[in-house]
Amino acid sequence: MTKTIVVTSGKGGVGKTTTSASIATGLAKRGFKTVVIDFDVGLRNLDLIMGCERRVVYDLVNLVNQEASLHQTLIKDKRIENLYILPASQTRDKDALTIEGIARVMHKLRKSEFDYIICDSPAGIEKGAKMALYFADEAIVTTNPEVSSVRDSDRILGILQSESKRSKMNEEPVKEHLLITRYNPSRVQDGQMLSVDDIVDLLAIPLLGIIPESPSVLDCSNAGKPVILDDESAAGQAYSDAIDRLLGESKPHRFMEAPKKGFLSRLFG
Amino acid sequence: MGFFRFFRSNKEDTSAKLAKDRLQVLIAHERTGRGGPDYLPMLKQDILDVIKKYVSVGDDALSVQLESQDDCDVLELNITLPEESAQPNQPSEEAKRRAMERRQAASKVT
Ligand SMILES: Nc1ncnc2c1ncn2[C@@H]1O[C@H](COP(=O)(O)OP(=O)(O)OP(=O)(O)O)[C@@H](O)[C@H]1O
Ligand SMILES: [Mg+2]
Repeated sequence: MTKTIVVTSGKGGVGKTTTSASIATGLAKRGFKTVVIDFDVGLRNLDLIMGCERRVVYDLVNLVNQEASLHQTLIKDKRIENLYILPASQTRDKDALTIEGIARVMHKLRKSEFDYIICDSPAGIEKGAKMALYFADEAIVTTNPEVSSVRDSDRILGILQSESKRSKMNEEPVKEHLLITRYNPSRVQDGQMLSVDDIVDLLAIPLLGIIPESPSVLDCSNAGKPVILDDESAAGQAYSDAIDRLLGESKPHRFMEAPKKGFLSRLFG
Repeated sequence: MGFFRFFRSNKEDTSAKLAKDRLQVLIAHERTGRGGPDYLPMLKQDILDVIKKYVSVGDDALSVQLESQDDCDVLELNITLPEESAQPNQPSEEAKRRAMERRQAASKVT
């Protein structure tokens, strides 16, 4: 059974692509045949984060328009067995996609026996974002501890509940997961930033993980390596924990506490 | 953390608390408008414009609610009309409209 998971947020720049890359890589590392699709047509970026930008020949729009085969379009990851990338088009816009076209692609991926299809949604609540979430069985709602991101996440939850295929077909609803990214525990402790509890309380969906704000995310983007492959980094470890929870394991949440500071640095820090 | 923040004892007036309170109100409000048909806001504006032709009311005079009952949707309109114009020696909107209609009708009869 193929599972389709959309990584979505409404608001832009919250960490959807970073998350899609790491979640897909993490699942493949555990032996699941996984493809990650860049739905951000016109603003292709997943290829850079995955480090395969020089290997892109065909893209999602070519595949939807039947100008290239699935085999020609999928890029096989060089590091991880079982991991494939389906890049977005750089030259077309979001109107180049249709539900029927995407449905054909999803069907082909199911027939190729993928275990997981990860959909990296574009920002916004327009057509592109709706297309990315339409076929989802599960959704990872990526949220930053910040007012506009929380509000937009709530709107995207409304869209998942009314405009996904599952809702239209009156099937079991899309399974929702909250992933809080760019979390800064010391600012939370200082009362400057919404806390995990605040956000869980407001959005009222199960918490999949907390990804701390971490400099290694930028380092990894620079190198074209999903941060989950950096075992040393807090963000990488937090993504690994999230994979365990996604697969049904219950694990205590980490990275919620600020590193302890001495009295003087707390006073003047 | 900073000097002043360190000494501030109660957690109640932090900016995070303010953010949460604002979001709680906003999200609750936005959730109620959800699920209704897309045309609801436009319908509301059109109805409001029609009312304004006859009575002078503010934008908040009209509340529109869509409720689903067993097998049908009920559209509930609530219009708050102002007290009859309290201004002395000035015709009410209603009076002005009646007068205008009277004159139009009169001018047609030649
Ligand atoms: N945990 C983190 N710590 C530090 N920086 C992060 C973290 N997560 C994401 N970022 C940074 O935030 C920026 C936006 O991330 P990303 O591109 O993944 O967001 P996005 O939601 O896909 O954006 P868009 O809406 O434009 O597609 C990037 O510069 C990324 O390096
Ligand atoms: Mg992105």
